[in-house]
Amino acid sequence: MEQAPLDPERQLQPAPIEPLGLPDSGLEATVGEEAEGARDAGSGVDTMTENNFGLKKIEISVSEAEKRTGRNAMNMQETYTAYLIETRSVEHTDGQSVLTDSLWRRYSEFELLRNYLLVYYPHVVVPPLPEKRAEFVWHKLSADNMDPDFVERRRIGLENFLLRIASHPILCRDKIFYLFLTQEGNWKETVNETGFQLKADSRLKALNATFRVKNPDKRFTELKHYSDELQSVISHLLRVRARVADRLYGVYKVHGNYGRVFSEWSAIEKEMGDGLQSAGHHMDVYASSIDDILEDEEHYADQLKEYLFYAEALRAVCRKHELMQYDLEMAAQDLASKKQQCEELATGTVRTFSLKGMTTKLFGQETPEQREARIKVLEEQINEGEQQLKSKNLEGREFVKNAWADIERFKEQKNRDLKEALISYAVMQISMCKKGIQVWTNAKECFSKM
Amino acid sequence: MGTLGGAGLAAAAGGARTPGMEGERPASPARSSGLPAGGADGESPGGGAPFPGSSGSSAPLQGEVLDLDEDEDDLEVFSKDASLMDMNSFSPMMPTSPLSMINQIKFEDEPDLKDLFITVDEPESHVTTIETFITYRIITKTSRGEFDSSEFEVRRRYQDFLWLKGKLEETHPTLIIPPLPEKFIVKGMVERFNDDFIETRRKALQKFLNRIADHPTLTFNEDFKVFLTAQASELSSHKKQGPGLLSRMGQTVRAVASSMRGVKNRPEEFMEMNNFIEIFSQKINLIDKISQRIYKEEREYLDEMKEYGPIYILWSAPEEDLVDTLKDVASCIDKCCKATEKRMSGLSEALLPVVHEYVLYSEILMGVMKRRDQIQAELDSRVEALTYKKADTDLLTEEIGKLEDKVECANNALKADWERWKQNMQNDIKSAFTDMAEENIHYYEQCLATWESFLTSQTDLHLEEDSEDKP
Repeated sequence: MEQAPLDPERQLQPAPIEPLGLPDSGLEATVGEEAEGARDAGSGVDTMTENNFGLKKIEISVSEAEKRTGRNAMNMQETYTAYLIETRSVEHTDGQSVLTDSLWRRYSEFELLRNYLLVYYPHVVVPPLPEKRAEFVWHKLSADNMDPDFVERRRIGLENFLLRIASHPILCRDKIFYLFLTQEGNWKETVNETGFQLKADSRLKALNATFRVKNPDKRFTELKHYSDELQSVISHLLRVRARVADRLYGVYKVHGNYGRVFSEWSAIEKEMGDGLQSAGHHMDVYASSIDDILEDEEHYADQLKEYLFYAEALRAVCRKHELMQYDLEMAAQDLASKKQQCEELATGTVRTFSLKGMTTKLFGQETPEQREARIKVLEEQINEGEQQLKSKNLEGREFVKNAWADIERFKEQKNRDLKEALISYAVMQISMCKKGIQVWTNAKECFSKM
Repeated sequence: MGTLGGAGLAAAAGGARTPGMEGERPASPARSSGLPAGGADGESPGGGAPFPGSSGSSAPLQGEVLDLDEDEDDLEVFSKDASLMDMNSFSPMMPTSPLSMINQIKFEDEPDLKDLFITVDEPESHVTTIETFITYRIITKTSRGEFDSSEFEVRRRYQDFLWLKGKLEETHPTLIIPPLPEKFIVKGMVERFNDDFIETRRKALQKFLNRIADHPTLTFNEDFKVFLTAQASELSSHKKQGPGLLSRMGQTVRAVASSMRGVKNRPEEFMEMNNFIEIFSQKINLIDKISQRIYKEEREYLDEMKEYGPIYILWSAPEEDLVDTLKDVASCIDKCCKATEKRMSGLSEALLPVVHEYVLYSEILMGVMKRRDQIQAELDSRVEALTYKKADTDLLTEEIGKLEDKVECANNALKADWERWKQNMQNDIKSAFTDMAEENIHYYEQCLATWESFLTSQTDLHLEEDSEDKP
C-alpha cells in the first residue's frame, strides 16, 4: 500500500520504509567487539557501545577491494573499485559469528547511502565518507585513486563509516542502511524510490549563502564557528604534516647512499673494510625503515581527516537549524502582514501600501461584498498560517532538542577519538625512535670496529 | 729519530709499533692539538674530552713540559675552551660521550711528548685602500730548545698559509702535506667574509698547523718555524729568499711534460697506492656530497617541524577537553626540534669538516703521486739519454747517480708517510663516523624520552579521570 511520501521536515525519527512491505524484523546492527578491521587506529569506533536492541548482534566488515570494469551511464567503459561488505550475526549463546550477508558495493553507492541519510536525518551529525580523491599527499605517496595503498586505506575508511552508522543510536535502525548491507540488487532503485532527492532542501547545499536569521539558537552559531575553526586547523595540520613527512623521507633515504659508497670503499680497505661494509648495511636498513614508519603515520592522517570531514557534517546540522529558523521567521512575518492587511480592510484604514488599495483609490472603491470576500480569504489564510506557525515552532524546538542531543554525543565521541589518535601518534613516534636507536647502535658498533 | 717532536699522546708507543717508521701516530691527533682540544677545532671529532689542563691548573702531564703562565690570558683560553668542550648546549645533563672518556683515559696512561702547541684564533678584518683581508692570531707554545722563546704570538693571513704550504711542498715533494681550507667556496656564498665561513676556515687553519706540528719530519721544517715565530717584516724578507716565482713556474712546466714518463715506470707498490688514491678520492667525494645533503635535508625537516608544532597550539584554543593533550603534543614536537638542532650541529662540527678535509687530502695525494712520478721521470730521461749516448756519459752517470738517490729518498719518504697517513685517516674516519652514530643515538634517545613521558602523562590522566568517575 502506497503511503504519502515522507516529509523530511516532519520526520524526526523516520520509521522504516513501509511501502515495500518489509517488516522491521528488529534486526539491529550493532558493533561487536570482534568486528573485523575495527582494531585499526583509523576506525576509532567506540566498540564498547552495546546497542543491543534486537535479538542479534551484527558485525560488519569491508573485507576486500577489487578492481572492476563495467559500463557507466553513458555506456562508456570505466574502471572502478568494488568493496566486499560482509555482515555476520553473532549468536549470543556461543559467541560464534555466522556470515549472514556478503555483497559488493562501490564508492558511489556509499555516497548514495550517505546522501539519503543526510536528507532523512538532518538533526544527526552524519558520519563522513573517506575522501574521494587523495589529498594532502606527500610526494612519494600516490595521488592515484587506483593505487593499492590508497585503495587499502579507503577500504578501512569505508568500513569505519559503516561501523559508525551501526553504532549510532538512531541511524543504526534505518531500513535503507539495513538493505545496503543485505540487498545487493535493486538497492539503488529502492533508495531512489523514497524520493529523497526531491525532499532534499537545495538550500542546504549552498552552505555559503547567508540567510538573515534574527534569532538563531546561540549554541548553533557557536557550533558553526567551531566547525569552521576545526576545519581550518585540521587542514593546516594535514598540509604541514605532509611536508614534514616529505622531509623526513629525504633524511632517511639519503643515508641509503652511504650504504652503497661504503660498500665500494670497503673493497680497497684491508682493516677498515669489514666495518665499513657492515655499517653500510645498517645504513640501508635505516633508509628503508622510513617506508613503514610513514605508512603508519598515514593512519594518523586518516583519523584527522575523518574529523576534518565531520566538521562539514556539523555545519550541515547548524545550517539546517538556520534554515528552519529562517522559514519560521519568514512565516511569522508573513502571518503578521496578513493580519495587518485584514485589520485594515476591516477598519477601512489603509496603513500599508497595497496595489489593490491604490487601484481602488484611482479607479473607484470596491463593493462591500468584494471587501467581505477578501477579508474572508485573508482570515482563512491567517488561520492556516497560525497552524503552520505553531507546527513550525514545534518542529523547530524538536529539531533543536534532538540535534543538540546528537551533538553532545558527537562531542564525546570526538574527544575520545582524537585523544586516542594523539596517543597513537605518540606511540608511532616512540616506535620510530626505538628503531632509530637500534640501527644507529648497530652502525656505531661497526664503525668502532673499523 | 731521537726525539719524536710534536708527537701526539701515543707517540712513544707509536714509535715502537711499526719498525722503520718515523714516529707513527696511531691515535687520533686530537690530544696534540694544543689548548682547545674540544670539538671546536674539529680535531677531536665530537668527543669533547675535557683537556686535562682545562680546569686551569697545570696538569702534571703538562707541568713538566710547559712553563705555563698563570696570567689571565691563559686561564681565559682554558676556561673558554672548557666551555667549548661541553658541546651539549641544549641538555647540560647529558654525559660526555663514552668515546671521549676512552680517549681521556688513554691520554693519561701515556706520557705526553708533545712539545709544540698551536692555536689559531681572533680573526680580524683589515681594510686597506687596495683590499680587505682577514688575519688570524697564531699562538705557539713550545719547550723546544731551537725556539728562542717558549711562547710566540703572530698574525697571519691566508696568503701566508699558502706560502707555507708551497714551501713545504717544495722542500718535501713526496711528503703528504696537510690540506689548507679552500680559497673561496663558490656555492652559496653571499659574501666572502661571513661569520660561518671565517669560523670554518679558522678551524681548518688550526688543524693544518697542528697536523704539521704532529708530522715527524715537517715539524722541524725551518719555514714552519719562521711562520710561527717571525714578526711581519721578518716574514716578508724570509719569503723573498729561495727560488723565485718564475723559477717555480718553470719547474712546473717541465714537470707536467715529464710526469707522463714517470707513470710508465712506476713500481708496483706505487701502482697500488695510485689505485687506492683514485678510488678513495671518488668515494670520499661522494661521502662528502652525501653528508652535505643529509645536513641540508635535516635543516629542511627542522624548518617544517618548527611550523608543525604551533598548529597544535592553535588547535587547542577551541577545544575544551583536549587543550592539555594538544599542548603537550606541541611541546613534544618542540623538544624534538631542539634535539634535531643538536644533531645537526654534531654533524657540522664532527663529521663534515673531517670528511671535507679528506676530500682535500685526496687531491693532495694525487699531487704527491705526480711529483713522485716527476722525480722518477727525471731519472728515466737521463737514463734514456745515457742509453742513446746523447751527451757526456761521465756527466750523465754522475747525474744519474744523484737522481737515483733522489728517487730512492723520495720513494722512501712517500712510503713511510703513506702508511702514517693511512693510519691517521682510518682513525679520523672511524672517529668521525662513530661520533655521528653517537649523535644520532642521542637524538633518538631524547625524542624517545619526550614521547614516552607524554604517553605516561596521558595514561596517568586517564587513571585519574577513571577514578573520579567511579562512585
